[in-house]
Amino acid sequence: MRPPRHSLGRRVRASLFATPWDAAVTLAVGAVLVFTVPGLLRWALIDAVWLGETKAVCREGGACWAFVTARWRQMLAGFYPEQELWRVGAAAALLAAATAPVAAPRPGRWLWLTPLGVTGAFAVLSGAGLSGLPDVAPEAWGGFFLNVLVGASAILLALPFGILLALGRGSRLPVVKGLCVGFIELVRSVPLITLLFMASYVLPLLVPAGTELDRLTRALVVVTLFSAAYMAEAVRGGLQAVGGGQREAARALGLGSVRTVALVVLPQALRVSIPALVNTFIGVFKDTTLLYVIGLFDVMWIARAALSDFAWQGRELEAYAFVGLVFFAACFALSRWSAALERRLDAAPLGLAAAVKEPA
Amino acid sequence: MSDTHPAVAVRGLHKWFGQAHVLRGVDLEVRSGEKVCVLGPSGSGKSTLIRCINGLEPSDGGRVALAGVDLSGPRKQAEAARRTTGMVFQSFNLFPHLTVLENCTLAPIHVSKLKKADAEAESMALLERVRIAEHARKRPAQLSGGQQQRAAIARALAMQPQVMLFDEPTSALDPEMVGEVLDVMRGLARDGMTMIVVTHEMSFARQAADRVVFMDEGLIVEQASPTEFFAAPSHARTRAFLSRILA
Repeated sequence: MRPPRHSLGRRVRASLFATPWDAAVTLAVGAVLVFTVPGLLRWALIDAVWLGETKAVCREGGACWAFVTARWRQMLAGFYPEQELWRVGAAAALLAAATAPVAAPRPGRWLWLTPLGVTGAFAVLSGAGLSGLPDVAPEAWGGFFLNVLVGASAILLALPFGILLALGRGSRLPVVKGLCVGFIELVRSVPLITLLFMASYVLPLLVPAGTELDRLTRALVVVTLFSAAYMAEAVRGGLQAVGGGQREAARALGLGSVRTVALVVLPQALRVSIPALVNTFIGVFKDTTLLYVIGLFDVMWIARAALSDFAWQGRELEAYAFVGLVFFAACFALSRWSAALERRLDAAPLGLAAAVKEPA
Repeated sequence: MSDTHPAVAVRGLHKWFGQAHVLRGVDLEVRSGEKVCVLGPSGSGKSTLIRCINGLEPSDGGRVALAGVDLSGPRKQAEAARRTTGMVFQSFNLFPHLTVLENCTLAPIHVSKLKKADAEAESMALLERVRIAEHARKRPAQLSGGQQQRAAIARALAMQPQVMLFDEPTSALDPEMVGEVLDVMRGLARDGMTMIVVTHEMSFARQAADRVVFMDEGLIVEQASPTEFFAAPSHARTRAFLSRILA
């Protein structure tokens, strides 16, 4: 017997008009869409102005994307010299390579790519230590790329740190446990923006006298520590989900405590933590829009600077809509990727087809 | 292994869980190759006893020695001795993120430092022995309870233990799967493995055990050969237990 197939009409009725209440909700939502969507489309696409040098080209009732197209290079890459822009692309590629341990099926094999990719990205951008590349000071870095750079680097650097914090929080040693709990609670309870301001005063005290930390480094350190505290809590949830029987089985097999954690507990805990971790990733990435308060030229700073230009005054809506759209695209991609990663980890390694070929 | 020492020697073993005195001075000696079934009502300390034997629970008094090596002795020797035991749990405790084969090869590769190919060959042979070789590449969740428990037995055997400890290995199984697990255990017994089995399977105790040990309230009340134990239990508490179980 085959499972019954239902006609389209029947499925629509079942999902939208099953009861009078369902029907009422469907009609109400439909009405809202009919009244809003056409107007929004007309403003955003049909009546929009796409190109132009000043706000003079803008039309009443239509979006003025000319503002964004005129400033797109700054929006994306800040004041990075035009002839050196390829280095931004190269840095983006290096950052992508640095995510390999998180993205690839066998994380252990690609772990070395993360420090290499992140340092590589910073080296290519600054030109420091690379002969033949003119130096570009961090003051010239900016735009959406700066958000990506700080966000991705902080996430990648914070993840191992957060895992260690989570493990430390579960430690039997009171000193280790206390330090980890103290750090997590302290950092989690303070707004990122105050940490960013405090960093200019506190961080110089922690490094040897004479070492100068530029704004970007300070921001990177703060965002990394901040994310690590949140990731630690996400991983702790996963660690709690791994049953005590798993540790016992590992111990009974003679695996020591380090191998038990690395081979048995963490792989399972991290799998469970993926949704919470990706939630943290997205939060950290969006928090990089706070960097403008300490004078970094991230996409928000660029947007505000452009708005203060007389030629474009009054186009706030387009500026923020564009920033919102770019972040939405990046975060939505991240969310889809995590869903795919979960599916892949849940799937059997070779599936049933491969299993039946084994010698019986 | 030395012939002069028993495979397992437990003397005056005590264990407390908070205020509860779970083991109250247990003495047990198991010769190499002997199969011992531990019976008793729940809460009598059977599981705690075998968990103390492989060091999963630290004891609070008395001593446990494996082939003459005291578990409370120098750490390195004690660890090595602990590793000569294999443990099978009531709830299988297979590693769900690994395939059945990877479950078996994990410890041989990372603890015994075997080459991956050698570990896989040995583990495949063990999986054949417990008759689930065709499931080697599956994850535990894709197997039935009986298959999972047989995989868990193979995993323990992969470390080439001298003593196999079973903690109620069939209690979490659906009735129709108990037989396949007991079959594997009978096979092990025939091959001469030293086994200590905590179980409620009286038929298994009757057929496979050399000796039956009855525990109640943290003490070994009675031990005897299965024939003697089931036909003529000498202790009142044993008789009460058997009449409840066999009723």
